[in-house]
Amino acid sequence: MIKTHREAITGAQAAAYAMKQIEPDVVAAYPITPQTPIVEYFAKYVADGVVRTEMIPVESEHSAMSAVVGAAAAGARAMTATSANGLALMHEIVYIAASMRLPVVMPVVNRALSGPINIHCDHSDTMAERDSGWIQLFCEDSQEVYDLILMAVRLAEHEQVRLPVMVNQDGFIISHGVEPVELLPDDVVKKFVGELKPLYPLLDTEHPVTYGPLDLYDYYFEHKRQQIEAMKNVFKVFPSIIEEFYQISGRKYNFVEPYKIDDAQYVMVALGSTNGTIKYVVDKLREQGKKVGLLKIWMFRPFPKAEIQRLLTGRKAVVILDRSASFGAEAPLYEAIKSSLYDVASRPLLGSFVYGLGGRDINPELIEFAFEKAMKHELVTDQELYLGLRE
Amino acid sequence: MAELKKWTEIPIGGVITEPGTAKKYKTGTWRVKRPIYDRSKCIDCMMCWFYCPDQAIMQENSIMKGINYFYCKGCGICANVCPKSAIEMRPETEFVHEEE
Repeated sequence: MIKTHREAITGAQAAAYAMKQIEPDVVAAYPITPQTPIVEYFAKYVADGVVRTEMIPVESEHSAMSAVVGAAAAGARAMTATSANGLALMHEIVYIAASMRLPVVMPVVNRALSGPINIHCDHSDTMAERDSGWIQLFCEDSQEVYDLILMAVRLAEHEQVRLPVMVNQDGFIISHGVEPVELLPDDVVKKFVGELKPLYPLLDTEHPVTYGPLDLYDYYFEHKRQQIEAMKNVFKVFPSIIEEFYQISGRKYNFVEPYKIDDAQYVMVALGSTNGTIKYVVDKLREQGKKVGLLKIWMFRPFPKAEIQRLLTGRKAVVILDRSASFGAEAPLYEAIKSSLYDVASRPLLGSFVYGLGGRDINPELIEFAFEKAMKHELVTDQELYLGLRE
Repeated sequence: MAELKKWTEIPIGGVITEPGTAKKYKTGTWRVKRPIYDRSKCIDCMMCWFYCPDQAIMQENSIMKGINYFYCKGCGICANVCPKSAIEMRPETEFVHEEE
């Protein structure tokens, strides 16, 4: 077993530490709360000469993503990090990064989108990028932030994928909360992430290429079809990456994490740090003999439909927790789960709960309330309920 | 234009892996008006050649050799800058039968 060391660090530090070990060629970033400490810690590594990364302090997030796109097209391993309105400002180039098939990895510290202005956690920022063509991973804690950023590099750069990856962590809850994190030695990480094998690098002047030409009705559709296929390939490629990571870390990942689900009749599904609280509630309700369980979603895009179907068919009820709303339609995670369960053999009763908007606290009592609703069979499909809202 | 390829047959990301491919792109089909050149009025001043945004004016040793209709989009700049009115813009509809 590889010797790791354990440090008490925040999620932001875990992200910066992973970036230090990856040592990308280029990091272009603009500070925004609560992502700021990631950039701050990383800038210190650069200033101290710990990494040889070219750090570009830009004038906006739109420029940060643009610089990263340019660097990645040139053949560099490029990273950035952002939150909320910064991600929204990037949006145009976020879509372009995926369309140009550039393997950029970006930690996103989830924060509510304005307005009104709010700096605390919800998932409205990342959900606005749901269809941008990026792979979206969600972390429960700082350990997962560290681990998933390392795996994200491998996934993004895989020849059958070549897509950018967002590694989401909940603003303040993970990014500023101190937890023990197992860190791998630098050389082990360097070996695991390996060297980027650039595809069509602009700096290869022997083989000149054109990036971003006009692509009209004759070929644009074909390029989108390629992106759809690359997302499908994630399902083929990710298992070998997680297995390799397990070999060096002893920590096992997957598309989803089932928790006490084997005989569970009532299963909750959620993204991010709330899963930790749900596990606590599941343990408590299990002690009372209640057959409850949790299905944590690590990968939201591409959506692991087959896993969801396999693990949720035949349950009595499934409670889906969303930390963002979709105004005028179903909340994003609920919608994805409901759609996945359309053709399972035995459809469970479904419940949709929106919670935690703008950093509103989610506590064990609220989670227990949602489980109680399921256990009393009081759920009504498509009736969206709200946890922690004054009604 | 070359046969259109399937999504499995082209490089990803919309990258063009060969330099100078714009050369192969026929922009002549965009034309609504066609420049018609009258050699008898031309003084080879090369004004049309300087101004043409599409390199559609053909010349050899500074002698005007006519217009390349594969590239000419019919913008009419050449006709506009010609000091001898040696280029006239005529509607493409007049030439439909010639194409057939």
